[in-house]
Amino acid sequence: MGIFGITSKLIKSIAYPSEMVPSIEEDDGHHHFDAVTEHEGAKLGMWLFLATELLLFGGLFAAYAIYRAKYPEMFMQGSKSLDVVLGSVNTVILIFSSLTVAIAVKAIQENRIKLVKIMLWVTIICAAIFAVNKYFEYTYKFGKGIFPGTDIFYSIYFAATGVHMLHVFIGMAVLGVLLRKVYKGKYSKDNYTAIEIGGLYWHLVDLIWIYLFPLLYLVG
Amino acid sequence: MSEEQEKNYLDNGEGFRSWFFTVDHKRIGVMYLWAIGVFFIVAAIASFLLRAEHLTPGPTIVNADTYNVLFTLHGSMMVFLFIVPGVAASFGNFLIPLMIGAKDVIFPKLNLYSFWLYLAGALIFMLALAAPADTGWTFYTPYSIETGANVILITFGVFVLGFSSILTGINFIVTMHKLRAPGMTWDRLPLFCWAAYATSLLQVLATPVVGITLLLLIGERYFGLGFFDPAKGGDPVMFQHFFWFYSHPAVYIMILPAMGIVSEIMPVFARKPIFGYKAIAYASLAIALISFLVWGHHMFVSGQSKLVNIIFSVITYAVAVPTAIKVFNWLWTLYKGSIELSTAMLYSLAFIFLFTIGGLTGLFLGALAADVHLHDTYFVVAHMHYVMIGGTVFGFFAALHFWYPKMWGRMFDEFKAKIAFVLIFIGFNVAFFPQFIMGTLGMPRRYFNYAPEFQSLHVVSTYGTWIIGIGFILMLWNLMRPLPGKAPANPYNSLSLEWSMDSPPGTFNFDDIPTVTEPVYNYGTKIEEGA
Amino acid sequence: MKWLPESASTFAPGVDLILWLVTIISVISCVLIAFLLIYFVIKYRRKTENDQTPAITHDSFLETLWTVIPTILCIVIFIYGYVYYDQYTVTPKNAVEVNVTAKQWLWSFDYSNGKKTLNELYVPVDQPIRLVMQSDDVLHSFFVPAFRVKQDVMGNRYTYINFTATKEGVYDLYCTEYCGTAHSDMLGKVHVLSKAKFASWQDGSADKVKKASAASIPPAELGKQLYSNKGCLACHSIDGANGVGPSWKGLFAKNRVFTDGASAIADENYIKESILYPGEKMVEGYGPVMPSYKGLLDDDEITAIIEYIKTLK
Repeated sequence: MGIFGITSKLIKSIAYPSEMVPSIEEDDGHHHFDAVTEHEGAKLGMWLFLATELLLFGGLFAAYAIYRAKYPEMFMQGSKSLDVVLGSVNTVILIFSSLTVAIAVKAIQENRIKLVKIMLWVTIICAAIFAVNKYFEYTYKFGKGIFPGTDIFYSIYFAATGVHMLHVFIGMAVLGVLLRKVYKGKYSKDNYTAIEIGGLYWHLVDLIWIYLFPLLYLVG
Repeated sequence: MSEEQEKNYLDNGEGFRSWFFTVDHKRIGVMYLWAIGVFFIVAAIASFLLRAEHLTPGPTIVNADTYNVLFTLHGSMMVFLFIVPGVAASFGNFLIPLMIGAKDVIFPKLNLYSFWLYLAGALIFMLALAAPADTGWTFYTPYSIETGANVILITFGVFVLGFSSILTGINFIVTMHKLRAPGMTWDRLPLFCWAAYATSLLQVLATPVVGITLLLLIGERYFGLGFFDPAKGGDPVMFQHFFWFYSHPAVYIMILPAMGIVSEIMPVFARKPIFGYKAIAYASLAIALISFLVWGHHMFVSGQSKLVNIIFSVITYAVAVPTAIKVFNWLWTLYKGSIELSTAMLYSLAFIFLFTIGGLTGLFLGALAADVHLHDTYFVVAHMHYVMIGGTVFGFFAALHFWYPKMWGRMFDEFKAKIAFVLIFIGFNVAFFPQFIMGTLGMPRRYFNYAPEFQSLHVVSTYGTWIIGIGFILMLWNLMRPLPGKAPANPYNSLSLEWSMDSPPGTFNFDDIPTVTEPVYNYGTKIEEGA
Repeated sequence: MKWLPESASTFAPGVDLILWLVTIISVISCVLIAFLLIYFVIKYRRKTENDQTPAITHDSFLETLWTVIPTILCIVIFIYGYVYYDQYTVTPKNAVEVNVTAKQWLWSFDYSNGKKTLNELYVPVDQPIRLVMQSDDVLHSFFVPAFRVKQDVMGNRYTYINFTATKEGVYDLYCTEYCGTAHSDMLGKVHVLSKAKFASWQDGSADKVKKASAASIPPAELGKQLYSNKGCLACHSIDGANGVGPSWKGLFAKNRVFTDGASAIADENYIKESILYPGEKMVEGYGPVMPSYKGLLDDDEITAIIEYIKTLK
């Protein structure tokens, strides 16, 4: 196959890796593991992954604690300069989106596909609104000449909310892929592990924000 | 038996796509093996160059900037592209499902993605070679913030590699929880699997910390964040805390799999059960957990407080004890055994001796007053190479020889392999033992030029590396030329599950999952309590 | 065979004691383990394919032994390490302070009487000294093997070393935290003088002696020594390669273009000005990195350096 063929195969393997890989279910009936083992295994695996995320953010929280102890005044001033209203709105939106994704998980366990679709859409839209709000917050700060390197407080603020934002985007992508597969009819009450662990990931994204918000916005 | 079962895993599917898109853990393990082998050789070449530079006190074959790049590349490639991912991902992937009686790992597709991530991280890392970093593999700030080299690319490559490690670790942990064959209780789990389990715990819990550390370093360089930069109110020592919080557990990621390998090989060639199975299993877990608490012993002269130094010194000695216990357990496995000195056994015995030296020299470094003198000298360089080469690499070479028949279905020439072993063993000690002496005499690390009084020791050390090189080439050459004929299923009369099938195994390992009824190292004919 | 550097401080004997103690423990352990390895491998070598082996998996006595003894040894080593470290970190009441500034790639010392030196630290024997250290740029580390002392030096806070030199002599000082291109050239010397000699150094009367001996060396030769001792070599090459600073090769009488567009011929006055006021005329393409040597080099030394530069065609 020519260059174009190889390139497109490579790109596909990055964008849709699972479609390139031979499925375990399909190779002439050789099921490696039963459904229960797969489900429990996936959940254990996702909890372990969430532990890694906690440690990743743990580093940021540790940096926050150390520098806040070192520069209390700077943190108070910096915190006051943040938009508490926008931050609170974002907090409510994320908590609400955790609720909707939890409903989606419950819904697929009851085969209520339509409800699953609606709830996943709402969750994704909430995430998008969160992102837009943060965009406004950031650009407002840049407009006032406040950038990531301006002082230690803003370094923490941009680093922590930036890394969190990255996880919001990843979460949106994950939920988006799940939603697409729901439309393709891949999930049911007998096969919903992916939605459950996707929901777990989204809960973590929400949980991190619930800690970040008071530490950054409510110090002053 | 289906069509696929008649072919072994190596023959089942030909061509690039059947390998690059495989979900067979054995093929993935083999691909990792080749990849880490390539990077090992590149990093080793860097070390030969920098040791050649040290034949004379002044400039010899390179200039200062090139030298600084060479030791950075050698360190970071060896750590991040070979030793941290390497042993676990290659032999772990190949062996764990076989040893626990499973048809594959529990997340085979994730396993493949982990390998792709390894390649992606390695590629990004290698792109950095256009303007390679000169910071040392530890990337200490502020120098790593201000240097003009490609620090962002290389650290981002390491970041991506970290994902590969984490996903592999998750895969191994869940596989061992969920897919052990019936009857394989935790106390019948082979010690290599225990070692891989402890390693995976470390991979999962420690790697994210280096992830955020490197991310923040990239933020410092690209966005001007000020966490680690004194000029902006940041603290360079905080970078060290973050960095070593991962990098100390990382050294146990490096050694635990090799210890697991030795625990597998010794009973087979002594025809005796491993002495103190539970002690070794629990010691592995204890070492993994305590390893999170000792990172500050890399920072005794960094400016951290006296109290903090004392605490880290105490806990450092605590982690020495389970390690010592393991050494004695391996040794006592030989007592009243029926010992065969195969190549794998030779490497394992050498491991015990060399790792002991490496571990004992850690005792020097854990003592606060002594570390003030020895920190950042060649003593530390010698210590780390004794544990990493004398320990991990010797364990890795032992594994290459021991599971060779299983992996490739062929036998190799034991005699040539043993000659190579002798050369590598002698060369290694000639290369690194003088470095203990140099360090005690005050020779600092990462020095391009050095005071003339150190020259004779440097020259001896360099000659040692050439002996290692010859031995290594002989070892590789021999392994690339297997003996004619197919290997038997179990040439060494081992009792663990991976030897119960053909060499090489079929793609799906077992036709029927076996039921385990006996302890794993059930060698020996009578149960004797006491010596 | 020399195993240790000279022992020239009050801290050194304690460190050396620990080094010997752990060496003895290590040698005994290694010999024991090597002996057992070789002995077992020979005594229990495989004799037939059907050798009977006992399935020994436990031995409470042995396991206790090899848990307890290493634990005790570790505790002992820790205590020695702690005790001597504790003494080392306490500043004696009569300590004299010297301020140390590390920068890429030289050490500068400021004494309490206002004197300054570069790369050469002067202390009296048997006098507790407290070094108060900071860095102008990246991390460095102050290491004197003969004293067994070491401490990282950083830019955002002061760090300290206490030492008391016990033997007159000249000892090597190394930077031992990697700090860039010329890390291995960031060297110095610690001069431990008798109390009398130190007094005369301090009040300047020793300089006359130094000058007299310096006078007997041709200026260009003296300039060459100063090139190494005063840290010039860290940034200025003599072979034409441009480093942190312009190379000295072919420098004299060349036309130089500066960052503000002006230009001048590199004559004696230009060189002297660049040594004392390096920021005034910076050559295009280079940054304001060079420290001033005002007060650190006297006129004769500057002349010597100029003469040396003249020889570098």
